[in-house]
Amino acid sequence: MTHGKVSMKNRFLKYWQLYVFLIIPVLYIIIFAYIPMGGLQIAFKDFTGLKGIWGSDWVGLKHFKTFLNSYQFKRVFMNTIGLSFYQLIAGFPIPIILALGLNSVRSEKYKKLVQTVTYMPHFISVIVLVGIINTLFNPITGLYGTISELLFGVQPADIFGNPGAFKHLYVWSGIWQNCGWSSIIYIAALSSVDKELHEAAKVDGANRFQRVIHIDFQAIIPTAIILLIMNTGKIMTIGFEKVFLMQNSLNLSSSEIISTYVYKVGLVTGGGDFSYATAIGLFNSVINLILIILVNKISKKVSNTSLW
Amino acid sequence: MKRLNKHPKTTMSFDDKIYFGGVNIVLFIIFILVLYPVVYIVSSSFSSATAVMTGKVVLWPVDFSLEGYKAVMRYDKVFIGFRNTVFYTVVGTSFNIMLTMIGAYPLARKGLPGKGILMFIFSFTMIFTGGMIPTYMLVRSLGIMNTPLAMILPGALSVYNLIIARTFIQNSIPNELLEAAQLDGCNDFKYFFKIVLPLSKAIIAVLVLFYAVGHWNQYFKAFLYLRDPDIQPLQIVLRDILIANTTDPSMLGGSDADAEALEGLSNLLRYSLIVISSAPIICVYPFIQKYFDKGIMIGSLKG
Repeated sequence: MTHGKVSMKNRFLKYWQLYVFLIIPVLYIIIFAYIPMGGLQIAFKDFTGLKGIWGSDWVGLKHFKTFLNSYQFKRVFMNTIGLSFYQLIAGFPIPIILALGLNSVRSEKYKKLVQTVTYMPHFISVIVLVGIINTLFNPITGLYGTISELLFGVQPADIFGNPGAFKHLYVWSGIWQNCGWSSIIYIAALSSVDKELHEAAKVDGANRFQRVIHIDFQAIIPTAIILLIMNTGKIMTIGFEKVFLMQNSLNLSSSEIISTYVYKVGLVTGGGDFSYATAIGLFNSVINLILIILVNKISKKVSNTSLW
Repeated sequence: MKRLNKHPKTTMSFDDKIYFGGVNIVLFIIFILVLYPVVYIVSSSFSSATAVMTGKVVLWPVDFSLEGYKAVMRYDKVFIGFRNTVFYTVVGTSFNIMLTMIGAYPLARKGLPGKGILMFIFSFTMIFTGGMIPTYMLVRSLGIMNTPLAMILPGALSVYNLIIARTFIQNSIPNELLEAAQLDGCNDFKYFFKIVLPLSKAIIAVLVLFYAVGHWNQYFKAFLYLRDPDIQPLQIVLRDILIANTTDPSMLGGSDADAEALEGLSNLLRYSLIVISSAPIICVYPFIQKYFDKGIMIGSLKG
């Protein structure tokens, strides 16, 4: 026992310099990631500035119950999930198609050109992206108005005031921005496919399309599953910033999601109800965590692929 | 082999031809759909205000003019925002790199006691966070509200990037180097600065790009934590003009212009602003593309 203790102590001593390196990053992560986690306790308290986070009174699940029973709950919850699923289903296959396509293009120049152009929009900021949407889809001054007038001879209705159009604008602008970027990881996976497999399949009489399905597509399935798990785990945390920037009073019925609601409850409405907003945020994170664990488990069982 | 690749057409079957035809069509459609809005915006920004307003711009600039860009130059707020963004990007990125590298190096070392626990402490923050309100309360209680530190400190270390850097160091710096250095009496600090950092140039370049783009495009922190216009970054100015639709007429053309001309100009200003604010990244992008690819690929390795 003493021997073990001594050698343990020696081992730590041997590496003391490395721990010195780690002091700042660990302190940093404790302050900026774990202290806010500790702050989550106010979801179960009635926070008042006077008593502080630790001194405020416990109220149990009061805020969670209030949220679940509020008239906002169903709408905000369904909008969050609906927008996420739409994004997942529409956005997931396109990078795969793009990668498979790029992989079978034989002109290096053309491949490079398409790749460069398709992932350029990834670097545009969310403000500029929403600015572009607003500018292009403006029914009077934008491209949308021009095209509609050209085709139908009439100026279109204001698309930003139409709650039904919000989700399409949101999802497809996201695909526009990120399909090229998301395809990189699949292109990487495809580059590791053994050329001999293709040669062998060719000899067996498989045509190009069959080879893509049976060789290339098989090769990216593990990557696709990992990404699918990760994306499913993000179902509840759909990007606050873009939704918030695209919101207006007319499309609110379809654009209010949990995170924008948290912001409004916590930081806008008359000084803000920190406890209630934190409870809603926590509710969101917990569902998220459960989702990712669940999907990971299912995937492990079905396909033997998992995050951990 | 080379010869064969050069003349693939001779070996193409009918099915293959259909396949390649289909692939080319699909790629071309995606290509055009992504490219067209960009071309339209750039062309509009170089057109006259009336041409844009009346929908004459379709592909190329109509009545070539630099009005929009001149208006941007006159707009002081843009200049102030630009200056602040450059500051946050340079200082913030330097701080990011320092934190990431000194965290990544020890975690890349074999046999460090407690490495598993440390890795868990870092990675757990990727799947669970305190969220918006507790983070806001932290920033408030640290007293960095409405100071440039609020733009730099929260989120100064990305755990995803830390893992990328760790994986890189693990895979590309051989352990023999460490053993040789230790035999020569080199301690860990010296080894890190003299050997690890110079050999990590490639990954540092990737991290600089990732972090710098993040700072350049950062808006949310400024929105939550900064009130003072003098320290606000470009993205906030962009938000006012592009989304909230508020332009200051006195900065556009003064009192001599009529309302309609002002409206046309503020519309044109939007196109020019979109181009100007994205140009730095878009222009250097083709030159640094390979580093981004590399970063994503290292990031996708499980380590």
